[in-house]
Parts: sequence; structure tokens; C-alpha cells
Amino acid sequence: MAVEKLFKDEATEEKGERARMASFVGAMAIADLVKTTLGPKGMDKILQSTGRGHSVTVTNDGATILKSLHIDNPAAKVLIEISKVQDDEVGDGTTSVVVLAGELLREAEKLVGSKIHPMTIIAGYRMASDCARRALLDRVKDNKDDAEKFRLDLMRIAMTTLSSKILSQDKEHFAKLAVDAVMRLKGSTNLESIQIIKKAGGSLKDSFLDEGFILDKKIGLGQPKRIENANILVANTAMDTDKVKIYGARVRVDSMAKVAQIEGAEKEKMREKVQKIIGHGINCFVNRQLIYNFPEELFADAGILAIEHADFDGIERLGLVTGGEIASTFDNPESVKLGHCKLIEEIMIGEDKLIHFSGVEMGEACTIVLRGASFHVLDEAERSLHDALCVLSQTVNDSRVLLGGGWPEMVMAKAVDELARKTPGKKSHAIEAFSRALIAIPTTIADNAGLDSAELVAQLRAEHHKEDSNAGIDVITGAVGDMSELGISEAFKVKQAVLLSATEAAEMILRVDEIITCAPRRREDRM
Amino acid sequence: MALAFDEYGRPFIILREQESKSRLRGLDAQKANIAAGVAVSRILRTSLGPKGMDKMLQSPDGDITITNDGATILEQMDVDNQIGKLMVELSRSQDYEIGDGTTGVVVMAGSLLEQAEKLLERGIHPIRVAEGFEISSRIAVDHLEKIADKFDFSATDIEPLVQTCMTTLSSKIVNRCKRSLAEIAVKSVMAVADLERKDVNLDLIKVEGKVGGKLEDTELIYGIIVDKDMSHPQMPKQIEDAKIAILTCPFEPPKPKTKHKVDIDTVEKFQTLRKQEQKYFDDMVQKCKDVGATLVICQWGFDDEANHLLMHRNLPAVRWVGGVELELIAIATGGRIVPRFQELTTDKLGKAGLVREKAFGTTKDRMLYIEHCANSKAVTVFIRGGNKMMIEETKRSIHDALCVARNLIRNNSIVYGGGAAEISCSIAVEAAADKYPGVEQYAIRAFADALDSVPMALAENSGLQPIETLSAVKAQQIKENNHCFGIDCNDTGTNDMREQNVFETLIGKQQQILLATQVVKMILKIDDVISPSDY
Repeated sequence: MAVEKLFKDEATEEKGERARMASFVGAMAIADLVKTTLGPKGMDKILQSTGRGHSVTVTNDGATILKSLHIDNPAAKVLIEISKVQDDEVGDGTTSVVVLAGELLREAEKLVGSKIHPMTIIAGYRMASDCARRALLDRVKDNKDDAEKFRLDLMRIAMTTLSSKILSQDKEHFAKLAVDAVMRLKGSTNLESIQIIKKAGGSLKDSFLDEGFILDKKIGLGQPKRIENANILVANTAMDTDKVKIYGARVRVDSMAKVAQIEGAEKEKMREKVQKIIGHGINCFVNRQLIYNFPEELFADAGILAIEHADFDGIERLGLVTGGEIASTFDNPESVKLGHCKLIEEIMIGEDKLIHFSGVEMGEACTIVLRGASFHVLDEAERSLHDALCVLSQTVNDSRVLLGGGWPEMVMAKAVDELARKTPGKKSHAIEAFSRALIAIPTTIADNAGLDSAELVAQLRAEHHKEDSNAGIDVITGAVGDMSELGISEAFKVKQAVLLSATEAAEMILRVDEIITCAPRRREDRM
Repeated sequence: MALAFDEYGRPFIILREQESKSRLRGLDAQKANIAAGVAVSRILRTSLGPKGMDKMLQSPDGDITITNDGATILEQMDVDNQIGKLMVELSRSQDYEIGDGTTGVVVMAGSLLEQAEKLLERGIHPIRVAEGFEISSRIAVDHLEKIADKFDFSATDIEPLVQTCMTTLSSKIVNRCKRSLAEIAVKSVMAVADLERKDVNLDLIKVEGKVGGKLEDTELIYGIIVDKDMSHPQMPKQIEDAKIAILTCPFEPPKPKTKHKVDIDTVEKFQTLRKQEQKYFDDMVQKCKDVGATLVICQWGFDDEANHLLMHRNLPAVRWVGGVELELIAIATGGRIVPRFQELTTDKLGKAGLVREKAFGTTKDRMLYIEHCANSKAVTVFIRGGNKMMIEETKRSIHDALCVARNLIRNNSIVYGGGAAEISCSIAVEAAADKYPGVEQYAIRAFADALDSVPMALAENSGLQPIETLSAVKAQQIKENNHCFGIDCNDTGTNDMREQNVFETLIGKQQQILLATQVVKMILKIDDVISPSDY
């Protein structure tokens, strides 16, 4: 006797082969979607939001594309998740990880078709991924001790990362920008201290790195436009009406005269506060909150530059560069640390006026000003630069470096192939499949560049049969080339993360034999 | 028809609106119920054992869970059928009581129901079937007691515990590094265990996860991790020999609970109020400083001014720490939670050897580590993994492993896994059946058959021939009179579970049999299902 209804209405259940099929198809669809963006000749995608304004984004950053998709297939969601994590952890390789996971599943589908149990495939994949990782570890280069070579490594990594993006025209310029910016961080991975300001106009080449700090604010009226040897007080305090914070306090008066008196007292209070601030011996005051007209006037009278409404990150960075502390009370001027800089001036970028702090004490933060023809270009440039910065900051901490251009995949594939030959049992099929999935990445790179991938990959494989080959795909000439001569490098950390997360995700999807989807929660009609 | 006639012959309706209610009675009701129970257990059957598969569940909001933990699957399945809900309850109670074996208990109940259906078709009264099951469950539990082995472990020799936890973890996705995770689980349980009282308070173990990194980076921290950062970006990121003030009062002027108003009607009042307010802030910070605190952890937020004052006086602070975390910090550091500034004294401060802030990845994620605490009784398992689902699944697996370790500390009896215990029970029940006269004998035999279903499912999931394997193992057990033979799921070449080191806890297994029997009894007793119509 069949059970009529086990689940709630609209909840669905898919079992066994069908469930597996659904997840394979979903995952492969996602992988195919982002596949064409891989490599230096990868294409971009236009994303149009369904929200108000139908804003348009042009990108080839895997994580950005996947983040904006509305997906219903559960397996596809797993892939989107790994791409997001890759973005958060290392910042680059967001497309590769999805493509690799997709390829692993494609191979797995064939194996399942030929009656190999998913658990056997998983066991094989695990052995293969372990072996691949070890193969990479054997071939890494570490130039940590040699500062000059290390810098060259960083430049190469930055250039490799940027070459697949919109910035590839000026990749040397931007690679230098990124390396300079990251070297200033001195090993910290906190990218917040690198500020990126986007200003439309000019060309991408006009972008520059500023050693000082640029604040996207205007200087108040009647205040000095240029200050030398500035003492800066960075504050987070209310400069409008200073509320009394005691609970339940309210003003209750019985005549107009008293209102005027209290108003006077309030003004007096603000004047006192301003006096105290001035008493710190400063000539520049930056506040996170609003500054009303009255105190601003007082500051102008005292010849102090007052900047209001700098955002939270802004003042944090400013505190970081100038070495000042963020103050909220002003009673003990002697113990508050002030920030210093050589020169504050108003500068023009394009049409906008900005405030420029130069000659700062602590060189940890810096600003990159991006110029470009349109907002779309700028947005994409920012994403690309962000990728490069992330990779570089991770590489500074973990300085192991690999060659690029499909070289790591070939090295891994070779090691995995050897393992397959040695392994007895059904697992060896899965291990072989893993190596095929790895080779799919250089194949895709070649395909995207419009090259004969079958021919190239075969040549590459032959090259790699020799010991210690440096061969990879040179997309520019369309032939197999020596990657170390061409200067194409990638960070070990990125490749390792790609390998591990892709295997983990494939394993997770393979283990599923049943999908139960609950009925979607009903939304109230908003109309 | 629920229609009756009163003494004058007029009909009246007992159960109103018959046609809009669906109603099943008698044998039909029992069969429908059994079918529903079996359907639920079928879903879980493929998740059993080290080669069991996972289920992917999509919640109403579109979030994905991938798991093979029975309790989690059932909980998120959105079951509508009443009997289905009973099965969900069943695995939940196993989860609460034991923490492991949530899949096994449902599979067991399902196969009992299947057997019961056959008996019902023969015309045996459901209550007699239920009684027979009850008798056999007692036989099985007693038998388990007999075949259970004690094993010894001590604070220094934790190897046996690790082995048992590995059995639990081997069926999960984390089995890649089951060894290290099992060690983490056992070490953390040992850290908080009270070996004399044989009790473990699992609340002292915090399981925290952060996406990124790899599973191998999962670590055990003798201390607390809080997903918070310092309230002021320029406060020191590392404090050694911290003295911690744990506060549940905000750094704000007091807010009396009674409604009140402070009227300001003159300039003088305005100014005194202002002074008062400044004094409040100053006093609060000074109070913390006076008792010698070097770190303030507060359940509430603070005002910008208070924040700066703290920073200014070199007193790092953390704000918005949750209540549970606050308690754990208090336990770990040996401090007292202070509800009012007036009550802050030196001896109420917690002590920790090292407090540091650590950043992860490329985004602004920071966490606060509180380590080398005065009282190391609270520990944290910090899980890393490739994606959110992986972390969640690892959390569940670690929870299972922790429960197993705790059960072993409470009662160090074990039985052998891989279906060995079930097969042995099945033999014992089968043998006992002949001693019972009457209809119950059939029910007891059916129970023995049902016990076989767990090893059968294990064999099926591992790709072995279920009937062949099971009969071979059973014959081997009887021939050699050794209860350690089970299903060789991992294809290692031996059936001896003692050699393979596959253990399960005795109480877990007993609980499984008892709970499954109870639920089946309950389902069998239902002979009428009345469900209101959809409206």
C-alpha cells in the first residue's frame, strides 16, 4: 500500500539516479557558464540586475558572476558557495575552482555510468588530490630570503592575475601599483588600509598610487586650503547638538526668555568643546559625524581645517596613516595622540576636489586612484585590482610560488597518472579521471584563446614527460613555451585552495543520493 | 458512520462533518501507518554505515544542507504525515539522549514495522504483536549486556576512546581526517570531564566554525574563541596575563526601570546634568581601572565617549558579547559576571594568559582568542573547511563524536559495531523464541528478523551481496560462538570487528532497541486516524 502523502504540499523528493543526475547537471551547467571567462583570453559577462534601475555590471570575475545568479539547483549552490569562499580566503582563482569541480563531476558521471560506486570514486579522488598536492609541494619555489627575487615573483604573480582581466592592457603598470601597495602593508593581510578611489574620466593608464592619503571630502568654506606640518586630531564625536544622554531628560520651560537662556548655555557648551579641541594645538580636525555650522565657524575663526562626515573606514585609515588615535573626549589634551603629516592640500582629480594628506608618518596605508572611461570599467578595474591585491597579500605571508599557464595542472596530472598506474582496484579509474579533469583546465584556457587545444595539450603533455619541464601554454604566441622565461607565475596558496575546495565540493555532491526540497516559503504579496 | 439514534429514534451525529474529514479505521489505518513509517525509514536506510550516502536538503528559504546524520535529515524534511512525525521524534530523542545512532534507530523501527505488517496480515492482533516485540526487546537488551566488553582507559591512555569515536566519524563526510578529529573530540571531552563523578558537561565545549582553510586545520583550543573584535580599532591586539572584567551592564548612564522625567528648566540644571553625565562615564572607566582589569568584556555596547575613554586609559574592551559566550568566558577564566559597576572587585576578575585577535582571509573577519585560562575547563573546537555546508556537517559530526566519548566516560561498556551486535542479538532472540508458547512466539521470531535488517542495510550500502554476506557472518558467529563478527564494510579482509577496531557504546545500542520498540508499539496500537480536512 503506497503512502499517499508523506511530505507537505509542494515538497519534492528525488532519489538515487535521478538525484545524482540533477546534481551533476546543475553543477556542470554552472561550470560551463563561467568556463568561457577562464584564462587571459577569456570573455566577460554582462549581468543585469532585476532590481530597480536594472543596473549593469560587466565582469569576468567568477565570484562576482556567480554571486549575482539566482539558482534553484541545490548542487549548483554548492559550487557558488565554494567560489565565494575562495574569494574570501585567497581572492583569486574563483573561476578555476568552479571549473575544476565541474570537470571532476563530469568525469564522475561517466564513471557512475560505467557502474562504479560513488564511494569508490570519492576514495580515488581523495588519493589523487593528496598526490597532486604533494607533486605541487615538490616543485614550489620560495624566494623569501632574496628580497629582489621575491619582488620579481610578486610582480609576475600580479601580472598573471591581471592578464585575464580588463586591466591586461596596462598590466605592468597595475602590477607595480599593486605590489607597491602590498609591500607597504608589511605582511598584514588587512586590505582595508589600501583605499581605492574611483574617479571617472581619463584613461586607465592615468591611475596612480598615492603614498599619502586621499580623503574624498571637501574643505569647509573659509578654512585654509593648504596646511603645512599639520597636527591632526581624528575624532568620533557629536558636533551638532551635544545631547544629554541621561535617560528621561527633557527641556521644560515656561517662558521664551528661558528658552533663549538654555540655547545660550548649549551654545556655550559647544564653544567650550571647540575650545578644548583647539586646545590640543591642532590645525586640522577630522570628525566622523556631522559638524554643524556654528562649530565649523568657530574652527574657521581659529584657522583650523575641519572636515566633517568622514566615513568609519576613512577615519580608521586616517588614524592608521597619521598615527593619531581616534578621540571622543577632549578633557586631557596632553595624553591624546595627535596625527601628523607634512602637508594637507586640496587637489583636483578630474572635476572633483579631494583632500590630500602627504608626508605621513606611518606608511602603512595608501591610496590608489583609479581613472577610467566609465563606471563599468572602473568597477571592473577595482575588482581586478582587488583580486591582485588579495593574492599578493597572501603571497607575502606564504611566499611559495608556482609557474602559471597550465603548468601546475600538468605537473599534478602527471603525478596523478603515475599514481593511477600503481593503484590496484577500481579506484585507479577514478584517479585517472582526476588527472583528466585537471588537464581540462589548460584545455579550456587554450580553447578560450581560440587555439587548437587538442594539439597544444598533447604537446604540453609530451614536454612534461621530461623531468623538470617548465612548459606551459603561451596564449600570446599560441604555442607551448617556457613559463619561467615568460615570467608567468601563480601563488601556491591559490592553487592549493583551488585543488582542495574543488575536490571537497565534488566529493560532497557525489555523496548525495537523495534530494529533498521543502516547499518554498510563501511570500506575502507586496502589492 | 458515527451516527447514533437517541431514545426517540432521531438520528444525531457524533462526529461532525464526516465528509470533510478523512478517516481511516481498523486494519486499513494500521497498514497506512506502517507504510508511512516504512517510507521514512527507507529514506534513511541508504545513509547507514561507512559507505552510506548523504542527503541534500533544501529548506523553504533555499538554503542547502548536506548531511547523513539521521536526526538532521528528519528534522529538516518537512514531514506532514503524523506517523512520519513520530519517526522524526524518535530520532530526535535518540539524539538528545545518546547523540549518535540516530539513523540506526529509524532503520530498526522501519524494519520492525515491516515485520509487523506481515504478522497483521496473518490475522494476529496488533497488541499481541506489540507484546511479543516488548518481550524480545528485553531479551535483546539483556543479551547486549552479556556480550558487552569493558574497556579501560585513563586520562593518559585515550587510545580506546579515540578508536570508538573513529567508528562514529567514519560514516561522515569528514572521514578523510577522522583520526585527527576523533583525537580532538576525545581530548576536548577529557579536558572537561569529571572522571570521578563520571560526568561530562558538554556545554563547556564550544564548537565554532569559520569558512576557509582546510579540514586538516581544525584545531582544539584550550580556551575560548569569540567571534568579536576590540571595540576600538586602535586598541592593542594582544594582551598577556589579562585580567578580565566581565560585565553585563552597559557603559552608559543608568536607565532606571521606573518611568521618570528629568526636567531642565534653568541653565544651572542643564549644566549640572552635563557634569553629572561626564562623571558617570569617568567613574565607570575609573572603577574598572581601579580594580586592576586589563580587559573589559561587556554584554552591551558602549557609547563613543566611553569607548574613547577606555582606549585613552589603555583598557581594551570587547562589546556585544552574547550571554552564553559570556558565561563560558567566566567559567574558563574563573571570573565572576558582574552586573553593576559598584560590585566590581579585584577577586571577581577572570584571568587568562593570553588574549589575542586573529584575522582571517582577505575580508574583515577577526576573532578573539582567549587562551591559557586560569581554569582550563572550557575548551573550543575550531573547525575550518572549504564551504559553509562542510562546516555545518563537521559540526554535527563532532557533536556525535563528543556524545560518544561522553557516553563512554559515563559507562565504559562497548559492543562491537558493523552489525555484529545486531546479529548476535538476532541469534539470541531467535533461540529464545521457541521457549514462548502462544502467538508471541511469531512476534519474537519477527523481531529477530528485523534485527537482521541493520547488518543487511550495511552490506547493501557497501556494495556487498546482502543475503549471502549476512548468512555467512551469522553462520560464522554461531559456529565459532564469537560475537565479534560483523559486516566488513571497508573491504579490509576480516570480519572480526575486534581486529578492525569498530566499537559502539553499549548504552547507545540498548537505547536504539528500546526506543525503536516503543515507537513501533505505539504505532501498532493506533486503529483510527482522524485528520481534519484542509481548509
